[in-house]
Amino acid sequence: MTLPPLADRAIVLRARAADWREAVRIAGDALVDSGCATSEYTDAMIRMVEDHGPYIVIAPGLALAHARPGAAVRCDGLSVVTLAEPVEFGHAHNDPVRVVIGLAGVAPDAHLAAVAALANAFNDSAAIAAVADAPTRDAVRAILQRSERA
Amino acid sequence: MKIVTICGAGIGSSGILKVNAERVLQRLGLEATVVAADIASVARVAADAQVILTSAEFVEAIGPTRADVVVIENYFDTEELTRKLEVAIG
Repeated sequence: MTLPPLADRAIVLRARAADWREAVRIAGDALVDSGCATSEYTDAMIRMVEDHGPYIVIAPGLALAHARPGAAVRCDGLSVVTLAEPVEFGHAHNDPVRVVIGLAGVAPDAHLAAVAALANAFNDSAAIAAVADAPTRDAVRAILQRSERA
Repeated sequence: MKIVTICGAGIGSSGILKVNAERVLQRLGLEATVVAADIASVARVAADAQVILTSAEFVEAIGPTRADVVVIENYFDTEELTRKLEVAIG
Protein backbone atom coordinates (compact mmCIF):
# COMPACT_ATOMS: atom_id res chain seq x y z
CA MET A 1 0.00 0.00 0.00
CA THR A 2 1.75 3.13 -1.15
CA LEU A 3 0.70 6.73 -1.39
CA PRO A 4 1.00 8.59 -4.67
CA PRO A 5 4.31 10.47 -4.73
CA LEU A 6 4.17 13.89 -3.09
CA ALA A 7 5.80 16.44 -5.38
CA ASP A 8 6.92 19.78 -3.96
CA ARG A 9 3.96 21.41 -5.69
CA ALA A 10 1.57 19.06 -3.91
CA ILE A 11 2.64 20.27 -0.46
CA VAL A 12 1.69 23.76 0.71
CA LEU A 13 2.94 24.76 4.14
CA ARG A 14 1.42 27.40 6.44
CA ALA A 15 -1.14 28.53 3.89
CA ARG A 16 -3.56 31.31 4.78
CA ALA A 17 -7.23 30.59 4.17
CA ALA A 18 -10.07 32.90 5.16
CA ASP A 19 -12.63 30.08 5.25
CA TRP A 20 -13.15 26.40 4.47
CA ARG A 21 -13.81 27.01 0.79
CA GLU A 22 -10.46 28.71 0.41
CA ALA A 23 -8.74 25.93 2.36
CA VAL A 24 -10.25 23.26 0.07
CA ARG A 25 -9.40 25.38 -2.96
CA ILE A 26 -5.72 25.54 -1.94
CA ALA A 27 -5.67 21.74 -1.68
CA GLY A 28 -7.36 21.54 -5.10
CA ASP A 29 -4.94 24.04 -6.64
CA ALA A 30 -2.06 21.89 -5.38
CA LEU A 31 -3.57 18.87 -7.17
CA VAL A 32 -3.92 21.01 -10.33
CA ASP A 33 -0.34 22.31 -10.00
CA SER A 34 0.98 18.77 -9.66
CA GLY A 35 -0.84 17.79 -12.86
CA CYS A 36 -3.33 15.37 -11.34
CA ALA A 37 -6.60 17.24 -11.73
CA THR A 38 -8.27 20.16 -13.43
CA SER A 39 -9.89 23.06 -11.62
CA GLU A 40 -13.28 21.39 -12.15
CA TYR A 41 -12.16 18.79 -9.61
CA THR A 42 -11.58 21.53 -7.06
CA ASP A 43 -15.10 22.82 -7.72
CA ALA A 44 -16.43 19.28 -7.25
CA MET A 45 -14.61 18.92 -3.91
CA ILE A 46 -16.20 22.14 -2.67
CA ARG A 47 -19.61 21.01 -3.94
CA MET A 48 -19.34 17.80 -1.89
CA VAL A 49 -19.28 19.90 1.29
CA GLU A 50 -21.99 22.26 0.06
CA ASP A 51 -24.21 19.26 -0.71
CA HIS A 52 -23.48 17.04 2.28
CA GLY A 53 -21.99 19.21 5.02
CA PRO A 54 -18.59 19.20 6.70
CA TYR A 55 -18.28 15.40 6.90
CA ILE A 56 -14.88 15.56 5.19
CA VAL A 57 -13.47 16.67 8.55
CA ILE A 58 -12.93 13.03 9.45
CA ALA A 59 -10.68 13.50 12.49
CA PRO A 60 -9.81 16.33 14.88
CA GLY A 61 -7.99 18.95 12.82
CA LEU A 62 -8.02 17.08 9.50
CA ALA A 63 -10.17 17.47 6.38
CA LEU A 64 -10.01 14.90 3.58
CA ALA A 65 -11.12 16.86 0.52
CA HIS A 66 -12.12 14.69 -2.41
CA ALA A 67 -14.73 14.12 -5.10
CA ARG A 68 -15.61 11.27 -7.43
CA PRO A 69 -13.25 9.91 -10.07
CA GLY A 70 -14.05 11.37 -13.48
CA ALA A 71 -12.86 13.44 -16.41
CA ALA A 72 -11.44 16.12 -14.09
CA VAL A 73 -8.89 13.63 -12.68
CA ARG A 74 -5.71 13.01 -14.70
CA CYS A 75 -3.75 10.82 -12.32
CA ASP A 76 -3.89 9.41 -8.81
CA GLY A 77 -2.74 12.21 -6.62
CA LEU A 78 -2.53 13.59 -3.16
CA SER A 79 -1.93 17.08 -1.84
CA VAL A 80 -1.20 18.23 1.68
CA VAL A 81 -1.98 21.73 2.95
CA THR A 82 -1.12 22.98 6.41
CA LEU A 83 -2.90 26.11 7.58
CA ALA A 84 -1.14 29.00 9.30
CA GLU A 85 -4.39 29.74 11.14
CA PRO A 86 -6.88 26.95 11.85
CA VAL A 87 -10.15 27.15 9.86
CA GLU A 88 -13.69 26.27 10.98
CA PHE A 89 -15.56 23.89 8.68
CA GLY A 90 -18.65 23.75 10.89
CA HIS A 91 -18.02 20.20 12.12
CA ALA A 92 -19.58 19.29 15.47
CA HIS A 93 -16.51 17.52 16.87
CA ASN A 94 -13.43 17.88 14.72
CA ASP A 95 -13.06 21.65 14.16
CA PRO A 96 -10.89 23.63 13.72
CA VAL A 97 -8.98 22.22 10.77
CA ARG A 98 -5.21 22.57 10.57
CA VAL A 99 -4.46 20.06 7.79
CA VAL A 100 -6.31 19.60 4.49
CA ILE A 101 -5.52 16.53 2.41
CA GLY A 102 -6.62 16.67 -1.23
CA LEU A 103 -7.26 13.30 -2.82
CA ALA A 104 -7.79 12.56 -6.51
CA GLY A 105 -8.19 9.09 -7.97
CA VAL A 106 -8.67 7.93 -11.55
CA ALA A 107 -10.57 4.81 -10.45
CA PRO A 108 -12.22 3.84 -7.16
CA ASP A 109 -9.82 0.96 -6.45
CA ALA A 110 -6.76 3.20 -6.78
CA HIS A 111 -8.46 5.59 -4.40
CA LEU A 112 -8.87 2.80 -1.90
CA ALA A 113 -5.16 1.89 -1.99
CA ALA A 114 -4.32 5.53 -1.29
CA VAL A 115 -6.83 5.84 1.55
CA ALA A 116 -5.50 2.64 3.11
CA ALA A 117 -2.03 4.16 3.12
CA LEU A 118 -3.42 7.38 4.59
CA ALA A 119 -5.12 5.38 7.32
CA ASN A 120 -1.80 3.73 8.13
CA ALA A 121 -0.17 7.11 8.62
CA PHE A 122 -2.98 8.85 10.49
CA ASN A 123 -4.12 6.01 12.73
CA ASP A 124 -1.17 7.25 14.78
CA SER A 125 -2.99 9.88 16.83
CA ALA A 126 0.05 12.17 16.89
CA ALA A 127 0.35 12.33 13.10
CA ILE A 128 -2.13 15.15 12.41
CA ALA A 129 -0.42 17.56 14.80
CA ALA A 130 2.96 16.47 13.47
CA VAL A 131 1.92 17.30 9.89
CA ALA A 132 0.29 20.57 10.99
CA ASP A 133 3.56 21.64 12.64
CA ALA A 134 5.90 20.21 9.99
CA PRO A 135 8.60 22.77 9.20
CA THR A 136 9.52 21.38 5.77
CA ARG A 137 8.03 19.37 2.91
CA ASP A 138 10.41 16.53 3.69
CA ALA A 139 9.08 16.44 7.24
CA VAL A 140 5.56 16.00 5.83
CA ARG A 141 6.75 13.22 3.52
CA ALA A 142 8.48 11.46 6.40
CA ILE A 143 5.28 11.40 8.48
CA LEU A 144 3.11 10.15 5.61
CA GLN A 145 5.63 7.56 4.54
CA ARG A 146 5.34 5.89 7.89
CA SER A 147 2.31 4.37 6.20
CA GLU A 148 4.54 2.40 3.89
CA ARG A 149 6.29 0.59 6.69
CA ALA A 150 3.06 -0.59 8.26
CA MET B 1 -22.32 -10.16 8.13
CA LYS B 2 -22.26 -7.10 5.92
CA ILE B 3 -21.12 -3.64 6.97
CA VAL B 4 -21.51 -0.64 4.70
CA THR B 5 -19.54 2.61 5.07
CA ILE B 6 -21.23 5.67 3.61
CA CYS B 7 -19.92 9.05 2.49
CA GLY B 8 -20.72 11.59 -0.21
CA ALA B 9 -18.55 10.17 -2.97
CA GLY B 10 -18.20 6.58 -1.75
CA ILE B 11 -14.44 6.55 -2.11
CA GLY B 12 -12.61 8.91 0.23
CA SER B 13 -13.81 9.03 3.80
CA SER B 14 -15.92 5.90 3.42
CA GLY B 15 -12.74 4.23 2.16
CA ILE B 16 -10.89 5.20 5.35
CA LEU B 17 -13.77 3.78 7.39
CA LYS B 18 -13.77 0.56 5.35
CA VAL B 19 -10.03 0.04 5.81
CA ASN B 20 -10.16 0.72 9.54
CA ALA B 21 -13.34 -1.32 10.09
CA GLU B 22 -11.67 -4.29 8.41
CA ARG B 23 -8.67 -3.90 10.72
CA VAL B 24 -10.88 -3.75 13.80
CA LEU B 25 -12.96 -6.75 12.72
CA GLN B 26 -9.82 -8.77 12.13
CA ARG B 27 -8.55 -7.84 15.59
CA LEU B 28 -11.90 -8.84 17.10
CA GLY B 29 -11.81 -12.10 15.16
CA LEU B 30 -15.08 -11.29 13.35
CA GLU B 31 -15.92 -12.18 9.78
CA ALA B 32 -17.66 -9.49 7.77
CA THR B 33 -17.76 -7.98 4.33
CA VAL B 34 -17.19 -4.24 4.41
CA VAL B 35 -18.35 -2.21 1.42
CA ALA B 36 -17.75 1.52 0.83
CA ALA B 37 -20.57 3.30 -0.98
CA ASP B 38 -21.90 6.77 -1.68
CA ILE B 39 -25.03 8.16 -0.11
CA ALA B 40 -26.92 7.97 -3.42
CA SER B 41 -26.63 4.17 -3.49
CA VAL B 42 -27.23 3.47 0.20
CA ALA B 43 -30.72 1.98 -0.28
CA ARG B 44 -29.43 -0.60 -2.76
CA VAL B 45 -26.02 -1.38 -1.22
CA ALA B 46 -27.18 -1.47 2.40
CA ALA B 47 -30.42 -3.40 1.85
CA ASP B 48 -28.85 -6.56 3.34
CA ALA B 49 -26.41 -4.86 5.74
CA GLN B 50 -26.38 -5.28 9.52
CA VAL B 51 -24.40 -2.14 10.22
CA ILE B 52 -23.93 1.20 8.45
CA LEU B 53 -20.91 3.28 9.49
CA THR B 54 -21.05 6.96 8.59
CA SER B 55 -20.82 10.60 9.71
CA ALA B 56 -23.61 12.50 11.47
CA GLU B 57 -24.23 14.48 8.25
CA PHE B 58 -25.61 11.40 6.46
CA VAL B 59 -27.91 9.91 9.10
CA GLU B 60 -31.00 11.75 7.90
CA ALA B 61 -30.31 11.01 4.23
CA ILE B 62 -29.83 7.29 4.97
CA GLY B 63 -33.43 7.22 6.14
CA PRO B 64 -35.31 4.20 7.47
CA THR B 65 -33.23 1.03 7.45
CA ARG B 66 -33.05 -2.28 9.28
CA ALA B 67 -29.31 -1.80 9.78
CA ASP B 68 -27.79 -0.22 12.88
CA VAL B 69 -26.61 3.23 11.83
CA VAL B 70 -23.40 3.99 13.72
CA VAL B 71 -21.94 7.51 13.66
CA ILE B 72 -18.15 7.71 13.79
CA GLU B 73 -16.55 11.00 14.86
CA ASN B 74 -12.84 10.30 14.43
CA TYR B 75 -12.25 8.01 11.45
CA PHE B 76 -8.66 7.35 12.49
CA ASP B 77 -9.50 6.33 16.06
CA THR B 78 -9.67 2.56 15.91
CA GLU B 79 -10.60 2.45 19.61
CA GLU B 80 -13.77 4.45 18.93
CA LEU B 81 -14.51 2.15 16.00
CA THR B 82 -13.89 -0.96 18.08
CA ARG B 83 -16.13 0.25 20.91
CA LYS B 84 -19.01 1.21 18.61
CA LEU B 85 -18.74 -1.88 16.42
CA GLU B 86 -18.79 -4.15 19.47
CA VAL B 87 -22.02 -2.50 20.66
CA ALA B 88 -23.63 -2.65 17.21
CA ILE B 89 -22.70 -6.26 16.59
CA GLY B 90 -23.49 -7.23 20.18
